[in-house]
Amino acid sequence: MLGLASVGRFALVFSAIVGKLSKFFVQSVLSCLVPPYFLGQLGRQLWRIGYNSLPVVGLTALFTGSALALQIYIGGSRFNAEGIVANIVAIGITRELGPVLAGLMVAGRVSAAIAAEIGTMRVTEQIDALVTLSTSPFKYLVAPRLLAATICLPLLVGIADTIGILGGYLVGTRSLGFNSAVYLKNTMDFIEMGDVTSGLIKAAVFGFIIALMGCYHGYHSAGGAQGVGRATTNAVVSASVLILASNYFLTSIFFGE
Amino acid sequence: MPKIALEDVTKSFGSKKVLRGITMKIPAGKSVVVIGGSGTGKSVLLKCILGLLKPDSGSIKIDGVEVTTLHPWQRESMMRKFGMLFQGGALFDSLPVWENVAFGLVQGKRTSRRKAQPIAYDALAKVGLSEDVGLLSPAELSGGMQKRVALARAIASQPEIIFFDEPTTGLDPITADVINDLIVESVHNLGATALSITHDMASARKIADIIAMIYDGKIVWQGPASDIDHSGNEYVDQFIHGRAQGPIKLEVKRS
Ligand SMILES: Nc1ncnc2c1ncn2[C@@H]1O[C@H](COP(=O)(O)OP(=O)(O)OP(=O)(O)O)[C@@H](O)[C@H]1O
Ligand SMILES: [Mg+2]
Repeated sequence: MLGLASVGRFALVFSAIVGKLSKFFVQSVLSCLVPPYFLGQLGRQLWRIGYNSLPVVGLTALFTGSALALQIYIGGSRFNAEGIVANIVAIGITRELGPVLAGLMVAGRVSAAIAAEIGTMRVTEQIDALVTLSTSPFKYLVAPRLLAATICLPLLVGIADTIGILGGYLVGTRSLGFNSAVYLKNTMDFIEMGDVTSGLIKAAVFGFIIALMGCYHGYHSAGGAQGVGRATTNAVVSASVLILASNYFLTSIFFGE
Repeated sequence: MPKIALEDVTKSFGSKKVLRGITMKIPAGKSVVVIGGSGTGKSVLLKCILGLLKPDSGSIKIDGVEVTTLHPWQRESMMRKFGMLFQGGALFDSLPVWENVAFGLVQGKRTSRRKAQPIAYDALAKVGLSEDVGLLSPAELSGGMQKRVALARAIASQPEIIFFDEPTTGLDPITADVINDLIVESVHNLGATALSITHDMASARKIADIIAMIYDGKIVWQGPASDIDHSGNEYVDQFIHGRAQGPIKLEVKRS
Protein backbone atom coordinates (compact mmCIF):
# COMPACT_ATOMS: atom_id res chain seq x y z
CA MET A 1 0.00 0.00 0.00
CA LEU A 2 2.77 2.32 1.03
CA GLY A 3 4.65 1.53 -2.17
CA LEU A 4 1.62 2.29 -4.28
CA ALA A 5 1.08 5.62 -2.54
CA SER A 6 4.61 6.74 -3.20
CA VAL A 7 4.35 5.66 -6.83
CA GLY A 8 1.19 7.75 -7.06
CA ARG A 9 2.87 10.72 -5.40
CA PHE A 10 5.81 10.43 -7.74
CA ALA A 11 3.46 10.31 -10.74
CA LEU A 12 1.69 13.44 -9.51
CA VAL A 13 4.89 15.40 -8.98
CA PHE A 14 6.25 14.20 -12.29
CA SER A 15 3.18 15.19 -14.27
CA ALA A 16 3.13 18.59 -12.52
CA ILE A 17 6.72 19.18 -13.63
CA VAL A 18 5.99 18.02 -17.17
CA GLY A 19 2.98 20.35 -17.28
CA LYS A 20 4.97 23.32 -16.01
CA LEU A 21 7.79 22.59 -18.42
CA SER A 22 5.43 22.21 -21.40
CA LYS A 23 3.81 25.54 -20.60
CA PHE A 24 7.22 27.16 -20.35
CA PHE A 25 8.26 25.53 -23.62
CA VAL A 26 5.22 26.79 -25.51
CA GLN A 27 5.53 30.29 -24.09
CA SER A 28 9.24 30.38 -24.95
CA VAL A 29 8.77 29.25 -28.53
CA LEU A 30 5.91 31.71 -29.05
CA SER A 31 8.02 34.55 -27.71
CA CYS A 32 10.75 33.67 -30.24
CA LEU A 33 8.23 34.09 -33.05
CA VAL A 34 6.05 37.01 -31.98
CA PRO A 35 7.51 40.55 -32.06
CA PRO A 36 8.90 42.69 -30.49
CA TYR A 37 12.34 41.18 -31.04
CA PHE A 38 15.25 42.27 -28.89
CA LEU A 39 18.06 42.11 -31.43
CA GLY A 40 20.60 43.80 -29.17
CA GLN A 41 20.03 41.12 -26.57
CA LEU A 42 20.32 38.42 -29.24
CA GLY A 43 23.66 39.81 -30.38
CA ARG A 44 24.98 39.90 -26.83
CA GLN A 45 23.92 36.30 -26.23
CA LEU A 46 25.43 35.10 -29.51
CA TRP A 47 28.70 36.54 -28.32
CA ARG A 48 28.47 35.11 -24.81
CA ILE A 49 27.19 31.66 -25.75
CA GLY A 50 28.98 31.20 -29.06
CA TYR A 51 32.25 33.05 -29.13
CA ASN A 52 33.09 32.55 -25.47
CA SER A 53 32.53 28.80 -25.76
CA LEU A 54 35.10 28.42 -28.53
CA PRO A 55 38.15 27.65 -26.34
CA VAL A 56 36.50 24.94 -24.26
CA VAL A 57 34.83 23.32 -27.27
CA GLY A 58 38.03 23.48 -29.32
CA LEU A 59 40.20 21.92 -26.62
CA THR A 60 37.65 19.20 -25.91
CA ALA A 61 37.48 18.30 -29.59
CA LEU A 62 41.26 18.34 -30.05
CA PHE A 63 41.98 15.95 -27.19
CA THR A 64 39.02 13.71 -27.96
CA GLY A 65 40.04 13.33 -31.61
CA SER A 66 43.59 12.53 -30.57
CA ALA A 67 42.61 9.97 -27.96
CA LEU A 68 40.15 8.39 -30.35
CA ALA A 69 42.86 7.94 -32.99
CA LEU A 70 45.15 6.28 -30.46
CA GLN A 71 42.45 3.90 -29.21
CA ILE A 72 41.35 2.86 -32.67
CA TYR A 73 44.91 2.23 -33.66
CA ILE A 74 45.47 0.04 -30.61
CA GLY A 75 42.13 -1.72 -30.98
CA GLY A 76 42.44 -2.07 -34.76
CA SER A 77 45.91 -3.58 -34.53
CA ARG A 78 44.43 -6.59 -32.73
CA PHE A 79 42.96 -7.75 -36.03
CA ASN A 80 45.33 -6.00 -38.38
CA ALA A 81 42.97 -3.18 -39.20
CA GLU A 82 45.12 -0.19 -38.18
CA GLY A 83 44.40 1.43 -41.52
CA ILE A 84 40.86 2.22 -40.46
CA VAL A 85 41.87 4.97 -38.01
CA ALA A 86 41.07 7.92 -40.31
CA ASN A 87 37.64 6.56 -41.22
CA ILE A 88 36.52 5.80 -37.70
CA VAL A 89 37.79 9.09 -36.33
CA ALA A 90 35.87 10.98 -39.00
CA ILE A 91 32.61 9.17 -38.47
CA GLY A 92 32.91 8.98 -34.68
CA ILE A 93 33.60 12.67 -34.33
CA THR A 94 31.01 13.98 -36.76
CA ARG A 95 28.18 11.66 -35.82
CA GLU A 96 28.51 11.31 -32.06
CA LEU A 97 31.45 12.70 -30.16
CA GLY A 98 31.51 16.16 -31.70
CA PRO A 99 27.91 17.06 -30.96
CA VAL A 100 27.61 15.20 -27.66
CA LEU A 101 30.85 16.38 -26.08
CA ALA A 102 30.44 19.95 -27.31
CA GLY A 103 26.85 19.85 -26.08
CA LEU A 104 27.87 18.62 -22.64
CA MET A 105 30.70 21.11 -22.28
CA VAL A 106 28.50 24.02 -23.36
CA ALA A 107 25.75 22.74 -21.05
CA GLY A 108 28.15 23.07 -18.15
CA ARG A 109 29.17 26.57 -19.12
CA VAL A 110 26.01 28.07 -20.50
CA SER A 111 23.08 26.37 -18.72
CA ALA A 112 24.72 27.23 -15.42
CA ALA A 113 25.36 30.83 -16.38
CA ILE A 114 21.83 31.33 -17.70
CA ALA A 115 20.21 29.73 -14.66
CA ALA A 116 22.34 31.76 -12.26
CA GLU A 117 21.67 35.04 -14.05
CA ILE A 118 17.92 34.60 -14.52
CA GLY A 119 17.59 33.01 -11.08
CA THR A 120 19.25 36.01 -9.44
CA MET A 121 16.97 38.30 -11.40
CA ARG A 122 14.00 36.31 -10.12
CA VAL A 123 14.93 36.40 -6.44
CA THR A 124 15.86 40.11 -6.53
CA GLU A 125 12.50 40.93 -8.18
CA GLN A 126 14.20 42.13 -11.38
CA ILE A 127 11.88 39.89 -13.41
CA ASP A 128 8.86 41.46 -11.71
CA ALA A 129 10.37 44.86 -12.48
CA LEU A 130 10.65 43.92 -16.17
CA VAL A 131 6.94 43.11 -16.21
CA THR A 132 6.01 46.44 -14.61
CA LEU A 133 8.10 48.19 -17.28
CA SER A 134 5.87 46.48 -19.88
CA THR A 135 8.65 44.23 -21.13
CA SER A 136 7.92 40.53 -21.34
CA PRO A 137 10.64 38.50 -19.58
CA PHE A 138 10.07 35.76 -22.14
CA LYS A 139 10.81 38.05 -25.04
CA TYR A 140 13.57 40.01 -23.36
CA LEU A 141 15.38 37.21 -21.49
CA VAL A 142 14.31 33.79 -22.72
CA ALA A 143 13.90 34.22 -26.47
CA PRO A 144 17.36 35.74 -27.16
CA ARG A 145 19.07 32.98 -25.18
CA LEU A 146 17.09 30.20 -26.87
CA LEU A 147 17.76 31.57 -30.33
CA ALA A 148 21.43 32.28 -29.64
CA ALA A 149 22.10 28.80 -28.27
CA THR A 150 20.19 27.10 -31.09
CA ILE A 151 22.16 29.07 -33.68
CA CYS A 152 25.55 28.79 -31.97
CA LEU A 153 25.69 25.09 -31.19
CA PRO A 154 25.74 23.89 -34.82
CA LEU A 155 28.48 26.42 -35.54
CA LEU A 156 30.46 25.29 -32.52
CA VAL A 157 29.99 21.65 -33.47
CA GLY A 158 31.11 22.38 -37.02
CA ILE A 159 34.30 23.78 -35.56
CA ALA A 160 34.57 20.89 -33.10
CA ASP A 161 34.26 18.38 -35.96
CA THR A 162 37.08 20.07 -37.82
CA ILE A 163 39.35 20.33 -34.80
CA GLY A 164 38.52 16.78 -33.68
CA ILE A 165 39.47 15.33 -37.05
CA LEU A 166 42.56 17.50 -36.98
CA GLY A 167 43.46 16.00 -33.58
CA GLY A 168 43.17 12.52 -35.04
CA TYR A 169 45.21 13.58 -38.03
CA LEU A 170 47.99 14.98 -35.86
CA VAL A 171 48.26 11.83 -33.78
CA GLY A 172 47.92 9.65 -36.88
CA THR A 173 50.63 11.36 -38.85
CA ARG A 174 53.00 12.42 -36.06
CA SER A 175 53.06 9.37 -33.81
CA LEU A 176 51.32 6.51 -35.59
CA GLY A 177 53.24 6.88 -38.81
CA PHE A 178 50.41 7.45 -41.27
CA ASN A 179 51.16 9.26 -44.48
CA SER A 180 49.49 12.62 -44.28
CA ALA A 181 48.06 12.64 -47.82
CA VAL A 182 46.67 9.14 -47.40
CA TYR A 183 45.11 9.98 -44.04
CA LEU A 184 43.38 13.03 -45.46
CA LYS A 185 42.20 11.15 -48.52
CA ASN A 186 40.78 8.35 -46.36
CA THR A 187 38.92 10.91 -44.28
CA MET A 188 37.49 12.82 -47.21
CA ASP A 189 36.51 9.72 -49.17
CA PHE A 190 34.83 8.05 -46.27
CA ILE A 191 32.88 10.87 -44.69
CA GLU A 192 29.42 11.55 -46.07
CA MET A 193 27.24 14.62 -45.99
CA GLY A 194 24.73 12.79 -43.78
CA ASP A 195 27.36 12.21 -41.10
CA VAL A 196 27.98 15.91 -40.78
CA THR A 197 24.41 17.19 -41.13
CA SER A 198 23.02 14.67 -38.63
CA GLY A 199 25.57 15.95 -36.14
CA LEU A 200 24.67 19.55 -36.82
CA ILE A 201 20.95 18.89 -36.42
CA LYS A 202 21.70 17.19 -33.11
CA ALA A 203 23.70 20.24 -32.13
CA ALA A 204 20.78 22.58 -32.78
CA VAL A 205 18.54 20.41 -30.60
CA PHE A 206 21.19 20.35 -27.85
CA GLY A 207 21.55 24.12 -28.02
CA PHE A 208 17.82 24.52 -27.56
CA ILE A 209 17.86 22.11 -24.61
CA ILE A 210 20.79 23.92 -22.98
CA ALA A 211 19.13 27.33 -23.10
CA LEU A 212 15.68 26.00 -22.24
CA MET A 213 16.92 24.23 -19.09
CA GLY A 214 18.93 27.27 -17.99
CA CYS A 215 15.98 29.61 -18.49
CA TYR A 216 13.41 27.25 -17.01
CA HIS A 217 15.28 26.57 -13.79
CA GLY A 218 16.35 30.19 -13.42
CA TYR A 219 12.86 31.50 -14.07
CA HIS A 220 11.31 29.22 -11.45
CA SER A 221 13.99 29.61 -8.81
CA ALA A 222 12.91 30.73 -5.36
CA GLY A 223 14.41 31.19 -1.95
CA GLY A 224 17.44 33.42 -2.21
CA ALA A 225 21.04 32.42 -2.82
CA GLN A 226 20.42 28.78 -1.99
CA GLY A 227 17.56 28.65 -4.47
CA VAL A 228 19.74 30.09 -7.21
CA GLY A 229 22.43 27.52 -6.44
CA ARG A 230 19.86 24.75 -6.68
CA ALA A 231 18.54 26.14 -9.96
CA THR A 232 22.06 26.20 -11.41
CA THR A 233 22.77 22.59 -10.46
CA ASN A 234 19.40 21.41 -11.73
CA ALA A 235 19.90 23.24 -15.00
CA VAL A 236 23.25 21.59 -15.71
CA VAL A 237 22.13 18.12 -14.63
CA SER A 238 18.84 18.19 -16.52
CA ALA A 239 20.41 19.68 -19.64
CA SER A 240 23.13 17.00 -19.65
CA VAL A 241 20.71 14.14 -19.14
CA LEU A 242 18.33 15.47 -21.78
CA ILE A 243 21.22 15.86 -24.23
CA LEU A 244 22.30 12.26 -23.76
CA ALA A 245 18.75 10.94 -23.94
CA SER A 246 17.78 12.96 -27.00
CA ASN A 247 21.07 11.98 -28.64
CA TYR A 248 20.04 8.35 -28.40
CA PHE A 249 16.65 9.05 -29.96
CA LEU A 250 18.09 11.24 -32.70
CA THR A 251 20.69 8.60 -33.52
CA SER A 252 18.02 5.95 -33.78
CA ILE A 253 15.93 8.22 -36.01
CA PHE A 254 18.84 9.12 -38.31
CA PHE A 255 20.66 5.81 -38.49
CA GLY A 256 18.13 3.23 -37.25
CA GLU A 257 16.75 0.63 -39.58
CA MET B 1 -15.47 55.52 -11.46
CA PRO B 2 -12.53 54.72 -9.18
CA LYS B 3 -9.16 54.24 -10.88
CA ILE B 4 -8.61 51.01 -8.95
CA ALA B 5 -11.30 49.03 -7.18
CA LEU B 6 -10.63 45.96 -5.06
CA GLU B 7 -13.42 43.71 -3.90
CA ASP B 8 -12.86 41.03 -1.28
CA VAL B 9 -9.37 40.10 -2.50
CA THR B 10 -7.79 37.13 -0.72
CA LYS B 11 -4.35 35.59 -1.02
CA SER B 12 -2.70 32.77 0.90
CA PHE B 13 0.71 31.17 0.69
CA GLY B 14 0.19 27.53 1.56
CA SER B 15 -1.72 27.52 4.82
CA LYS B 16 -0.72 31.09 5.61
CA LYS B 17 -3.56 33.53 4.93
CA VAL B 18 -2.03 36.89 4.12
CA LEU B 19 -4.92 38.85 2.60
CA ARG B 20 -8.31 37.92 4.05
CA GLY B 21 -10.68 40.04 2.02
CA ILE B 22 -9.37 43.46 1.03
CA THR B 23 -11.97 45.88 -0.25
CA MET B 24 -10.90 49.40 -1.21
CA LYS B 25 -11.36 52.05 -3.86
CA ILE B 26 -8.66 54.34 -5.13
CA PRO B 27 -10.04 57.46 -6.80
CA ALA B 28 -8.31 58.84 -9.89
CA GLY B 29 -5.78 61.57 -9.28
CA LYS B 30 -5.54 60.90 -5.54
CA SER B 31 -2.69 59.72 -3.40
CA VAL B 32 -3.58 56.81 -1.17
CA VAL B 33 -1.20 55.60 1.53
CA VAL B 34 -1.48 52.16 3.08
CA ILE B 35 -0.02 51.79 6.54
CA GLY B 36 0.31 48.65 8.60
CA GLY B 37 2.73 46.49 10.53
CA SER B 38 5.60 44.62 9.03
CA GLY B 39 4.56 41.38 7.35
CA THR B 40 0.86 42.24 7.12
CA GLY B 41 0.75 41.81 3.35
CA LYS B 42 1.18 45.35 2.01
CA SER B 43 3.72 44.38 -0.64
CA VAL B 44 1.64 41.33 -1.51
CA LEU B 45 -1.35 43.62 -2.03
CA LEU B 46 0.54 45.76 -4.55
CA LYS B 47 1.80 42.68 -6.39
CA CYS B 48 -1.73 41.30 -6.64
CA ILE B 49 -2.95 44.53 -8.24
CA LEU B 50 -0.02 44.45 -10.67
CA GLY B 51 -0.73 40.83 -11.53
CA LEU B 52 2.68 39.66 -10.33
CA LEU B 53 0.84 37.46 -7.86
CA LYS B 54 -2.50 35.86 -8.60
CA PRO B 55 -5.10 36.46 -5.90
CA ASP B 56 -6.99 33.37 -4.73
CA SER B 57 -10.36 35.08 -5.00
CA GLY B 58 -11.96 38.49 -5.32
CA SER B 59 -12.04 41.11 -8.02
CA ILE B 60 -9.57 43.83 -9.02
CA LYS B 61 -10.71 46.44 -11.52
CA ILE B 62 -8.49 49.05 -13.12
CA ASP B 63 -10.39 51.75 -15.01
CA GLY B 64 -13.37 49.44 -14.74
CA VAL B 65 -11.59 46.50 -16.39
CA GLU B 66 -11.34 43.26 -14.46
CA VAL B 67 -7.63 42.42 -14.40
CA THR B 68 -7.49 39.14 -12.49
CA THR B 69 -8.60 37.25 -15.60
CA LEU B 70 -6.59 39.23 -18.16
CA HIS B 71 -4.67 37.35 -20.80
CA PRO B 72 -0.87 37.86 -20.55
CA TRP B 73 -0.82 39.80 -23.85
CA GLN B 74 -3.51 42.20 -22.63
CA ARG B 75 -1.73 42.58 -19.34
CA GLU B 76 1.37 43.84 -21.12
CA SER B 77 -0.52 46.85 -22.46
CA MET B 78 -2.24 47.35 -19.10
CA MET B 79 1.24 47.61 -17.57
CA ARG B 80 2.00 50.71 -19.63
CA LYS B 81 -0.27 52.60 -17.22
CA PHE B 82 1.86 51.61 -14.25
CA GLY B 83 5.06 52.63 -12.58
CA MET B 84 6.29 50.64 -9.63
CA LEU B 85 8.96 51.29 -7.04
CA PHE B 86 9.90 47.96 -5.50
CA GLN B 87 10.71 47.78 -1.82
CA GLY B 88 14.11 46.29 -2.64
CA GLY B 89 14.77 48.55 -5.64
CA ALA B 90 14.98 45.66 -8.15
CA LEU B 91 17.40 47.57 -10.39
CA PHE B 92 18.83 45.69 -13.37
CA ASP B 93 22.42 45.13 -12.34
CA SER B 94 23.56 44.37 -15.89
CA LEU B 95 22.69 47.89 -17.05
CA PRO B 96 24.13 51.28 -16.07
CA VAL B 97 21.98 53.58 -13.98
CA TRP B 98 20.69 55.78 -16.80
CA GLU B 99 19.62 52.77 -18.87
CA ASN B 100 17.76 51.46 -15.85
CA VAL B 101 15.85 54.71 -15.64
CA ALA B 102 15.22 54.80 -19.39
CA PHE B 103 14.23 51.13 -19.55
CA GLY B 104 10.46 51.59 -19.55
CA LEU B 105 10.76 54.17 -22.33
CA VAL B 106 13.27 52.30 -24.50
CA GLN B 107 12.11 48.69 -24.13
CA GLY B 108 8.51 49.08 -22.96
CA LYS B 109 7.41 52.05 -25.06
CA ARG B 110 9.99 51.73 -27.83
CA THR B 111 11.27 55.28 -27.60
CA SER B 112 14.67 55.78 -29.23
CA ARG B 113 17.62 55.75 -26.87
CA ARG B 114 18.63 59.22 -27.95
CA LYS B 115 15.23 60.63 -26.97
CA ALA B 116 15.06 58.63 -23.76
CA GLN B 117 18.48 59.61 -22.44
CA PRO B 118 17.71 63.25 -21.54
CA ILE B 119 14.43 62.17 -19.96
CA ALA B 120 16.33 59.66 -17.84
CA TYR B 121 18.88 62.25 -16.73
CA ASP B 122 16.07 64.65 -15.94
CA ALA B 123 14.38 62.01 -13.76
CA LEU B 124 17.69 61.38 -12.00
CA ALA B 125 18.07 65.08 -11.32
CA LYS B 126 14.58 65.15 -9.81
CA VAL B 127 15.56 62.55 -7.21
CA GLY B 128 18.70 64.52 -6.40
CA LEU B 129 21.27 62.45 -8.28
CA SER B 130 23.95 64.15 -10.34
CA GLU B 131 24.90 63.48 -13.98
CA ASP B 132 27.94 61.34 -13.19
CA VAL B 133 25.79 58.75 -11.38
CA GLY B 134 24.17 57.92 -14.72
CA LEU B 135 27.07 55.87 -16.01
CA LEU B 136 27.71 53.89 -12.83
CA SER B 137 26.40 50.40 -12.34
CA PRO B 138 23.70 49.96 -9.65
CA ALA B 139 26.10 47.87 -7.57
CA GLU B 140 28.33 50.92 -7.17
CA LEU B 141 25.61 52.94 -5.40
CA SER B 142 24.65 53.19 -1.75
CA GLY B 143 21.33 51.72 -0.63
CA GLY B 144 19.62 55.10 -0.49
CA MET B 145 20.94 56.05 -3.93
CA GLN B 146 19.66 52.77 -5.36
CA LYS B 147 16.25 53.55 -3.90
CA ARG B 148 16.26 56.94 -5.60
CA VAL B 149 17.29 55.44 -8.96
CA ALA B 150 14.44 52.96 -8.62
CA LEU B 151 12.12 55.86 -7.91
CA ALA B 152 13.39 57.72 -10.97
CA ARG B 153 12.76 54.59 -13.04
CA ALA B 154 9.20 54.30 -11.73
CA ILE B 155 8.28 57.86 -12.70
CA ALA B 156 10.40 58.35 -15.85
CA SER B 157 7.74 57.21 -18.30
CA GLN B 158 5.11 59.41 -16.59
CA PRO B 159 2.69 56.58 -15.79
CA GLU B 160 -0.97 57.14 -14.93
CA ILE B 161 -0.74 54.99 -11.83
CA ILE B 162 2.33 54.85 -9.60
CA PHE B 163 2.95 52.41 -6.78
CA PHE B 164 5.57 53.26 -4.19
CA ASP B 165 6.59 50.46 -1.84
CA GLU B 166 8.29 52.27 1.04
CA PRO B 167 9.74 55.17 -0.95
CA THR B 168 11.52 56.83 1.98
CA THR B 169 12.82 53.86 3.94
CA GLY B 170 16.59 54.02 4.24
CA LEU B 171 16.83 57.71 3.32
CA ASP B 172 18.01 60.56 5.51
CA PRO B 173 15.22 62.94 6.65
CA ILE B 174 16.15 65.67 4.18
CA THR B 175 16.30 63.41 1.14
CA ALA B 176 13.12 61.74 2.34
CA ASP B 177 11.38 65.09 2.27
CA VAL B 178 12.63 65.77 -1.26
CA ILE B 179 11.14 62.44 -2.29
CA ASN B 180 7.86 63.27 -0.55
CA ASP B 181 7.68 66.50 -2.51
CA LEU B 182 8.38 64.61 -5.70
CA ILE B 183 5.52 62.19 -5.03
CA VAL B 184 3.16 65.04 -4.27
CA GLU B 185 4.28 66.77 -7.44
CA SER B 186 3.75 63.64 -9.55
CA VAL B 187 0.20 63.37 -8.30
CA HIS B 188 -0.75 67.04 -8.44
CA ASN B 189 1.11 68.21 -11.55
CA LEU B 190 0.93 65.09 -13.69
CA GLY B 191 -2.45 63.98 -12.45
CA ALA B 192 -1.19 60.51 -11.59
CA THR B 193 -2.91 58.20 -9.16
CA ALA B 194 -0.56 57.02 -6.43
CA LEU B 195 -0.69 54.11 -4.03
CA SER B 196 2.11 54.17 -1.50
CA ILE B 197 3.14 51.98 1.37
CA THR B 198 5.02 53.47 4.24
CA HIS B 199 5.83 53.10 7.91
CA ASP B 200 7.03 56.68 8.03
CA MET B 201 4.14 58.71 9.47
CA ALA B 202 5.72 62.05 8.56
CA SER B 203 5.84 60.90 4.97
CA ALA B 204 2.30 59.53 5.11
CA ARG B 205 0.93 62.82 6.41
CA LYS B 206 2.70 64.72 3.69
CA ILE B 207 1.86 62.62 0.63
CA ALA B 208 -1.54 61.14 1.47
CA ASP B 209 -4.97 62.35 0.47
CA ILE B 210 -6.41 59.16 1.86
CA ILE B 211 -4.91 56.76 4.40
CA ALA B 212 -5.88 53.12 4.80
CA MET B 213 -4.68 50.82 7.54
CA ILE B 214 -4.22 47.12 6.96
CA TYR B 215 -4.25 44.65 9.81
CA ASP B 216 -4.71 40.89 9.86
CA GLY B 217 -5.35 40.78 6.12
CA LYS B 218 -8.14 43.35 6.13
CA ILE B 219 -8.51 47.12 5.82
CA VAL B 220 -9.44 48.13 9.38
CA TRP B 221 -9.71 51.86 8.75
CA GLN B 222 -9.80 54.18 5.79
CA GLY B 223 -10.33 57.92 5.73
CA PRO B 224 -9.00 61.32 4.70
CA ALA B 225 -5.44 61.97 5.78
CA SER B 226 -6.59 64.90 7.92
CA ASP B 227 -8.65 62.53 10.08
CA ILE B 228 -5.74 60.32 11.00
CA ASP B 229 -5.25 61.90 14.44
CA HIS B 230 -8.89 61.54 15.43
CA SER B 231 -9.81 58.37 13.62
CA GLY B 232 -11.44 56.87 16.69
CA ASN B 233 -9.83 53.58 15.70
CA GLU B 234 -7.65 51.98 18.30
CA TYR B 235 -5.51 50.13 15.73
CA VAL B 236 -4.70 53.38 13.96
CA ASP B 237 -4.00 55.19 17.24
CA GLN B 238 -1.64 52.48 18.38
CA PHE B 239 0.16 52.48 15.03
CA ILE B 240 0.66 56.22 14.62
CA HIS B 241 1.88 56.60 18.17
CA GLY B 242 4.07 53.52 17.89
CA ARG B 243 2.95 51.94 21.14
CA ALA B 244 3.77 48.37 22.02
CA GLN B 245 0.56 48.15 24.09
CA GLY B 246 -2.79 47.97 22.35
CA PRO B 247 -4.95 45.71 20.21
CA ILE B 248 -2.08 44.92 17.79
CA LYS B 249 0.01 42.20 19.36
CA LEU B 250 3.47 41.37 18.19
CA GLU B 251 4.45 37.83 19.04
CA VAL B 252 7.79 38.22 20.76
CA LYS B 253 9.40 36.02 23.33
CA ARG B 254 10.18 37.71 26.60
CA SER B 255 12.72 36.12 28.87
N1 LIG C 1 6.43 34.68 -2.39
C1 LIG C 1 6.03 34.42 -1.14
N2 LIG C 1 5.95 33.14 -0.72
C2 LIG C 1 5.53 32.85 0.53
N3 LIG C 1 5.16 33.75 1.43
C3 LIG C 1 5.22 35.04 1.08
C4 LIG C 1 5.66 35.44 -0.23
N4 LIG C 1 5.60 36.78 -0.31
C5 LIG C 1 5.16 37.20 0.90
N5 LIG C 1 4.93 36.17 1.73
C6 LIG C 1 4.41 36.25 3.10
O1 LIG C 1 3.35 37.17 3.11
C7 LIG C 1 3.40 37.99 4.26
C8 LIG C 1 3.27 39.44 3.88
O2 LIG C 1 4.43 39.83 3.15
P1 LIG C 1 4.61 41.31 2.62
O3 LIG C 1 5.90 41.34 1.92
O4 LIG C 1 3.40 41.72 1.87
O5 LIG C 1 4.69 42.15 3.96
P2 LIG C 1 4.70 43.72 4.11
O6 LIG C 1 3.41 44.11 4.71
O7 LIG C 1 5.08 44.35 2.84
O8 LIG C 1 5.85 43.89 5.21
P3 LIG C 1 7.01 44.98 5.31
O9 LIG C 1 6.41 46.19 5.86
O10 LIG C 1 7.96 44.36 6.27
O11 LIG C 1 7.55 45.14 3.94
C9 LIG C 1 4.69 37.66 4.98
O12 LIG C 1 4.37 36.96 6.15
C10 LIG C 1 5.45 36.78 4.04
O13 LIG C 1 6.04 35.74 4.77
MG1 LIG D 1 6.72 45.18 2.08
